Amino acid sequence: MCLGVPGRVLSREQEDGLLMGRVDFGGVSRKVCLEHVQDVALGDYVLVHVGFALSLIDAQEARKIFELLRELDQLGELQPERDP
Amino acid sequence: MTAACPVPAGRYPHIVLGHGSGGRLSQELLEHVFLPAFAGTTLAGLEDQASLPSPSQRGARIAFTTDSFVVSPLFFPGGDIGRLAVCGTVNDLCVGGAIPHSLSAAFVLEEGLAIADLERIVRSMAATCREAGVEIVTGDTKVVERGKADGVFITTSGLGVVPAGRTLSISNARVGDALLVSGPIGDHGVSILSVREGLDFETTLLSDCAPLASMTHAMLEVSDKIHCMRDPTRGGLSGVLHDIARQSKVGIRIDEALVPVRAEVRAASDMLGLDPLYIACEGRLLAAIAPEDAERVLATVRLHPLGQGAALIGQVVAEQPGLVRMRSRVGGERVVPLLSGEQLPRIC
Amino acid sequence: MRRLEPDESRRLAEHWANEIARTTTRPWKIMEVCGGQTQTIVKFGLDQLLPSQIELLHGPGCPVCVTPLEMIDRALAIARARDVIFCSFGDMLRVPGSDGDLLGLKAQGADIRVLYSPLDALSIARQNPERRVVFFAIGFETTAPANAIAIQQARQRGLGNFSALCSHVLVPPAMLAILQDPEQCVQAFLGPGHVCSVMGLSEYEPIAAQFSVPIVVTGFEPLDLLEGVCLAVQHLEAGRSGVDNQYARVVQAEGNLASQRLLASVFEVCDRKWRGIGLLPRSGLQLRDEYSAHDALKVFEVGDLTSDEPAECISGQILRGLKKPSDCPAFGERCTPESPLGATMVSSEGACAAYHAYGRVPVARLARGAGGVQ
Repeated sequence: MCLGVPGRVLSREQEDGLLMGRVDFGGVSRKVCLEHVQDVALGDYVLVHVGFALSLIDAQEARKIFELLRELDQLGELQPERDP
Repeated sequence: MTAACPVPAGRYPHIVLGHGSGGRLSQELLEHVFLPAFAGTTLAGLEDQASLPSPSQRGARIAFTTDSFVVSPLFFPGGDIGRLAVCGTVNDLCVGGAIPHSLSAAFVLEEGLAIADLERIVRSMAATCREAGVEIVTGDTKVVERGKADGVFITTSGLGVVPAGRTLSISNARVGDALLVSGPIGDHGVSILSVREGLDFETTLLSDCAPLASMTHAMLEVSDKIHCMRDPTRGGLSGVLHDIARQSKVGIRIDEALVPVRAEVRAASDMLGLDPLYIACEGRLLAAIAPEDAERVLATVRLHPLGQGAALIGQVVAEQPGLVRMRSRVGGERVVPLLSGEQLPRIC
Repeated sequence: MRRLEPDESRRLAEHWANEIARTTTRPWKIMEVCGGQTQTIVKFGLDQLLPSQIELLHGPGCPVCVTPLEMIDRALAIARARDVIFCSFGDMLRVPGSDGDLLGLKAQGADIRVLYSPLDALSIARQNPERRVVFFAIGFETTAPANAIAIQQARQRGLGNFSALCSHVLVPPAMLAILQDPEQCVQAFLGPGHVCSVMGLSEYEPIAAQFSVPIVVTGFEPLDLLEGVCLAVQHLEAGRSGVDNQYARVVQAEGNLASQRLLASVFEVCDRKWRGIGLLPRSGLQLRDEYSAHDALKVFEVGDLTSDEPAECISGQILRGLKKPSDCPAFGERCTPESPLGATMVSSEGACAAYHAYGRVPVARLARGAGGVQ
C-alpha cells in the first residue's frame, strides 16, 4: 500500500491558495502539494504520495543506515584478527 | 476535385483529404515534403516499385520484416515517430544478423496534421536512414478523416541480407550462454511517459531510440558464437527474456544488481509504481552469447557510442525452462513474471 | 541523501538476516499490514533470508483489494454516463465489478482517465466546465489527505462539476478485527509506515496494550522490512509488547497534525464493508454533509446494488492471515490475475496476485537455521 517516494524540494510557491513546489526524485521532477509540510525549506527531503507531501524526512534518521554500514565495515576489518 | 475538398488556391499548412486523392495535392506533397528529404535516392525516381539486386554471396539469405508505428505524442524527448519507424525496422533486421539495406514507408495521415510536422518527421526519417546506412526505396501516403488516426501512423518494412553461415535465432540460446544488454533499460518508455497527459513530470531523460546496425555488425565481426539477439521494445527486457526462455526452452537467471538502469528511470519508476524490467527501449539489444566469447563481445559493444553502458546481466540455465528468475539486490530470489497487459501507474 | 549501492544493500541485508537468526529461538508469526510491504517481501524474496521459524503472514492493507464490490459497480455505473469524465488511480482500472471493469469500459468509449494525483482531477474539472468530473477517491489514511485537499479546494473554488466517489478505509479497525478473531495466531505486527506518517502512533498503543503484541511501524524498502522483522523478533523473544518505530526518518509519533485536522473537517468515520472480510464498524471515512454537493454518492443516484462474490474465494481468510494463497484450491487455476475470483487477486499487491506474479506456486523457501550465527 501507499507508494511513497522521497524527493528533494527545489522550489516553493503559493498557487490558488495552496503551498506547492517542484520536487526532484533523482533526475525526474514534479509539482507537488506542500500544504501539509508548511515548515519545509528548499533542499529538504519530503515523502511524496500521489503528488502530495505527507511528511518531512528527518535527514539525521536517514543517515543512520550509512552509519550502520560504516560500523559493519569497521567490524569487518577487525574480524580477521579475531580468527584463531 | 471533390465536393468535400475543392481545388485550393495554393499550399495548405495542414493535411486535407485532397492530399490523399492522387491528384495535384498528392503531387505537391511528394514534391514539397518527401522528395526534398530523400533527394538523390532511389525514391526520387518515383517508380511504382523499387528494383533491388539479389544477394550475391552464395548461401546468403534475404531478411524481411515489417512494423507499424502509432506512438503518441509524435514528438518526444530524444526522437519522433519517424525516427522510431526507421530504427524499429532496422533493429529488427540487425538482431537477426542481417545487414539492412532497404526500407518501405507507408503513411496514413490524419486530416488536419500540420504539414510542418510532417516535414519534420520525414526529415528525421531521412537523417536516421543515413545514420543506419539504409534507404527508403518505396512508399505510399493515404489520408483519413480527422479523428481516424493519431496525427500519423507509419508502417515500415525492411529488407536485409543475412551473410552465409549466420544462424541467429530466438530458439538457439544454449544452456551456459551469457546474457548481454547493450545499455541502460527503460529510457524510451520513461521519456514517452514524461510527456503523456495526466502524469506530468519533468526530466532531462531522452529516448534511447537509435539504429543498432553498426553495433551488431561490430559484434558479429568479433564473434560467431552469438546465438541470438533481440531488441527489447514493447514488454521491455522481461519480454525478450521470456521470448528466449520460451522459444529456446531454457531457464534464465539474471542479477538485479547487474542490470543497468539510469537514475532517472529508477526515479520515475519509483514515483509511478512501475518496474523498469517492463519499460520499452528503442535502441538497445539483448544477446545470448557462448560464455567463452562474452567478455570479448562486451568489450566491443562498450567501444560503440551506443554501447557504453553495456553489461553482462545473467545466464541461460537448464533449471526451470520457460521461467525467468532474478536475484534481487538484497540477495533473495524471485521469478520475473510475464506481464499481462500494460503497466499502469499505481498508488499502492 | 543517496541510494545504496547493490553491494551495500546486500551487506546490510545479511547483517539483519544474521541478527534475526541469532535472536530467534522459537517459532513466531508476524503479520505485515500493508500490501506494499507484502509486495516488497515477495518481490525481494525476503522470507528466503529468514530462519524457518519466522512465518510472515500477509495482512489486509490493500485498499484496492478491499474496496467493496458494490463500490466498483457504482463506479462503473457513474463512468458510463455520457457527460462524465471519470478519473482514477491506475490501480483501480482492472478491478472487476459484477460485470466488467473500468479498463473494459474505457475500451467501449467511456471517458476514463488515469491520474497520478487527485489534484489533477481539479484541473480537468476546471478545463471542462460542461462535463461532470468524478474522482474515485480510494485508499487508506495515507491517501485521504490528498483526496481531502482536492475535495476542499473544489468546494472553496465553487467547482460545481467536481465530485468524489469516496471509499476510504482505516487500518486500526482491521487490525482489531484480526486480533479479535478466535482463529487468529498473529503474534506481532509490522505496522503501516505511511499511514502512521499521517496518523501518528497513538491509535496503535491501546491495541498493543490490549492484546499484548509488539507493533513495529515499518517502511517499505527491503531493508526497512528486515529491520522491522528484527525489532519484532527482539521484542517477541523478550516478551515485550508496545509500539516501536522502525521508520523514524518518515514517521513522527504525533503524525502530521495538519493532515489530521483536514481529515476531521472533510470526512467523518462510518461503517465500511471490506471486500473479503465483511462489515467492520467505524472502519471507513465518508464525506461530511457540508460536502454533499461534491459527494458522488449523492450527486449520482446509482441506487442500491447487490453484488455477490464467488463462493470459492477464500480471500477473507487470506486477508486475516489465516490462510496462504497456495492453500486455495482455485489459486493459479480458476483464479488468476487475468480472471480473478476475489479481493486478493484483483490488485497487483494483493497477496494472491503477488504470489502468482512472483512464482510462489508453491512457495519455495531457502531455510536458514535459527539459533546460530553462521
